[in-house]
Amino acid sequence: MADKLHFSLVAPEREVFAGEVDRVDAPGAEGDFGVLAGHAPFMTALREGKVTVVNGASTRTFEVQGGFADVTPAGLTILAEHAVEAG
Amino acid sequence: MASLKEMRNRISSVKATQKITKAMQMVAAAKLRRSQDAAQNARPYAERMASVIANLASGVSGDGAPRLLAGTGSDQRHLVIVAAADRGLAGGFTTSIVRAARERISKLINEGKDVKIITIGKKTVAPLKRLYGERIVASYDLSAERSLTLSVAQPIAEKIIEIYEAGQTDVVTLFYSRFKSVVTQIPTGQQLIPAEVAGGGAADLGGAAYEYEPSEEGILETLLPRNITVQILSALLENMAGFYASQMSAMDNATRNAGDMISALTVQYNRTRQAQITKELIEIISGAEAL
Repeated sequence: MADKLHFSLVAPEREVFAGEVDRVDAPGAEGDFGVLAGHAPFMTALREGKVTVVNGASTRTFEVQGGFADVTPAGLTILAEHAVEAG
Repeated sequence: MASLKEMRNRISSVKATQKITKAMQMVAAAKLRRSQDAAQNARPYAERMASVIANLASGVSGDGAPRLLAGTGSDQRHLVIVAAADRGLAGGFTTSIVRAARERISKLINEGKDVKIITIGKKTVAPLKRLYGERIVASYDLSAERSLTLSVAQPIAEKIIEIYEAGQTDVVTLFYSRFKSVVTQIPTGQQLIPAEVAGGGAADLGGAAYEYEPSEEGILETLLPRNITVQILSALLENMAGFYASQMSAMDNATRNAGDMISALTVQYNRTRQAQITKELIEIISGAEAL
């Protein structure tokens, strides 16, 4: 798929990640979910867990604690209370 | 006229003061850079939060909306939060925030509203206590906090929500100084409850309906208190940057004034010394002529 998803991961202190990616997997309060470009508008609370960002061949993982994910046609925004890049 | 020794002492004391103000200016400049970065880094979170809430708010309407968003339907009782500095020596920083808040408070009181006040910052209490002592319900002193994080803003937000949920207030406004640039900080009054929905409203969803997990209300219920915490935190961060900017320019002025004073005193000192030498010479010469 040619379309990319605009993803930003924001913690209170700073923006941890922002950019165009292929896919994001996140731990929703009621189950993990994956977001691709063109996902239906969707909003969920997050559990503590790992957010995986896939872009081409590279994969980055972030540990997040608490927060929200908001999917709009403009992209995915995760507002996390704490977010750090894992290992 | 003061004696030479007195003048020498005076000059050296002004020089010592100048050293202190110069050092404070440099410290403030270094801290300004750090706190400016912190304020800027915190902006995306607050902005995203506002737009998420704007999205949500357009979805919920009418009676189902949480009270933090919709308000109590009255505006009789106000809670004014005034956030200013914990330390002094920063020119008119605290004064200008307090002045803006005071204008609002006295306007509200004149309109017959019931006003309560929460102060944040050690230096904020005194000027408000004198005028509105019995209206202050809580005061926070953040001078012991080493860095501003969510955990600093949390107890303040909890207190505000507690007061609101107990039905003791209808409208909550936060006064702080918005950091526009190093030379301009704008005292701002921002409404926290009912939540002000950012202009522009909801994002265009292209006709699709939002899905919520868990429920819409469930999300709003956790999101709105969080939003208050975040807004307080970003106000505190803006204040911090503004404080150091203000302190830096105040100390810069003080250093310059001390410099002017030193040169004026030095001129006066040299004149006095010269006059004394001339007088002594005249005495010696006229003494010699008399012989």
